[in-house]
Amino acid sequence: MQRRLRHYLPAACAVLLALLGPTLSPYMSDFIVKVMILSIFALSLELLVGMTGLVSLGHAAFYGIGAYATVLASGSEGGSAAWLLPLAVGAAAACALVVGALSLRTRGVYFIMVTLAFAQMAYFVFHDTKVGGGSDGIYMYVRPTLGALDMESRYVQFYVVLASLAGTYGLLALIRQSRFGAALAGIRVNEQRMRATGYPVYGYKLAAFVIAGALAGLAGFLLAARDGVVNPELLAWHNSGEVLLMIILGGLGHLRGAVLGAIAFTLLKELLSTHAFVGPLADHWQLTLGIAIVVFVALLPKGLIGLAARLSPRGTP
Amino acid sequence: MSALMSVEGLTRRFGGLVAVSGVDIDLHQGEVHAVIGTNGAGKSTLINMLSGEIAASAGRIRLDGHDITRIAQSRRARMGVGRSYQRTTIFPEFTVRENCRLSAQAAMPRPWAIWQASARCEDSNAVALEVLEAAGLDQDAARIAGTMSHGAKRQLEIAICLATRPRVLLLDEPLAGMGAEETERMLDLLARLKQRHAILLVEHDMDAVFRIADRITVMVNGAVIATGDPASIRTNQEVRIAYLGEGH
Repeated sequence: MQRRLRHYLPAACAVLLALLGPTLSPYMSDFIVKVMILSIFALSLELLVGMTGLVSLGHAAFYGIGAYATVLASGSEGGSAAWLLPLAVGAAAACALVVGALSLRTRGVYFIMVTLAFAQMAYFVFHDTKVGGGSDGIYMYVRPTLGALDMESRYVQFYVVLASLAGTYGLLALIRQSRFGAALAGIRVNEQRMRATGYPVYGYKLAAFVIAGALAGLAGFLLAARDGVVNPELLAWHNSGEVLLMIILGGLGHLRGAVLGAIAFTLLKELLSTHAFVGPLADHWQLTLGIAIVVFVALLPKGLIGLAARLSPRGTP
Repeated sequence: MSALMSVEGLTRRFGGLVAVSGVDIDLHQGEVHAVIGTNGAGKSTLINMLSGEIAASAGRIRLDGHDITRIAQSRRARMGVGRSYQRTTIFPEFTVRENCRLSAQAAMPRPWAIWQASARCEDSNAVALEVLEAAGLDQDAARIAGTMSHGAKRQLEIAICLATRPRVLLLDEPLAGMGAEETERMLDLLARLKQRHAILLVEHDMDAVFRIADRITVMVNGAVIATGDPASIRTNQEVRIAYLGEGH
């Protein structure tokens, strides 16, 4: 019974959100859209870190590239999501293919460093050149449309992002239970055995890296369509660090963990930087957020998802 | 009878050190070919070259007549070269059945078919069951592999190898750290396996080697000093001096 509940919980949440959509205040709706976009971003990294065991510290590069591609390609006329979306996802995937092909030749801490280095390179390309308006970034004059659907509308934004999150979650859930997903898990647990067993490990890792990059590009597209502006900070290393914190906070190895982490992280950040809640400390939210995360990780080594296991006498979540 | 795997002049240099030097070995189906030698004789390096883990500096490896010297490890494994490691190399987090199923799925077509559930793949489940029975682990199918005894883990590693349907088995000290009873079980298993496989066995347990091997190759300092059946190796003067110790 409990098992079944867990199975249907994400779907139930999505349906509930879809029903609540029209009743939400603009602020709430906007906040939820932001969290859902970050959830997609976090899920894309979960494929790498939680499922395949590849810790990347440069994942924000693909998020930023997806966002920049959207804004740059839409120009002053705007454009249809029918080609902007594939373009953003494709650009992120293509970059992930190049970065992955090179960085996956290394392992462990070297892999972390190489992904970080590539992401910083991408950051400086946008920061120091005129390609994307330099350090100020660029505005999107007209938001993407798709037929009668216009991302300018709050409701369209909400449902497009919700559908994207559901799709991403579903895709990753499908991958997880497949032979491909089992192979990724095998690589995480024992790469040497996988190779000796006949799996072309490098190809599997590269495939995971490209899919993760493409999904981060999807999140980037949605972010650009929501904000109507992009700047180089999207690609910066602290953004890569934040998304890594989200999935660790939520609990590695679970798709729900990535979403939970994105929610918790955004809420924490929001609360700790609001004067009404923490008074003058709000100006130092980085400090309090840091402390809060240290406390969380110390008390819940398995993440928020592990909290459920602690509370229920049955054990495993 | 032509050899299933044949090795000619296989050499590996690590900088100035020649770890394996001009080794010739033939592996036949139905035979356990043991490689013995002191620590540092180059036995593990030899296995690593045969499985494709490290590249050969010189020489040739043939599988069924095909030159596989330059072929990557994962492809060699799919061509039928299975191996075990000196240090147990399994998937400790997964169940015993999952360990074998994952291995059985390595060579399956269309790995990108993500709509097909790994756990419900009938072919690989059937293979997993079959190899677990062969290895005597079918009772433990649902156990988490990491919680089993050392001996059972070693057996599981062999079962994982078998699930890929190998023709050649390269076993690096499968008896290491095993008790007497576990050793007996493993030797029984190897005796059954050799009917359908060509087995290369690196092992330090001399009693076991002389009991089960059909052919023995003795290595010293990376080179082969003798190859022959157990009786001739036992009486070989050079081997006695170099390895078994003159006093025996």
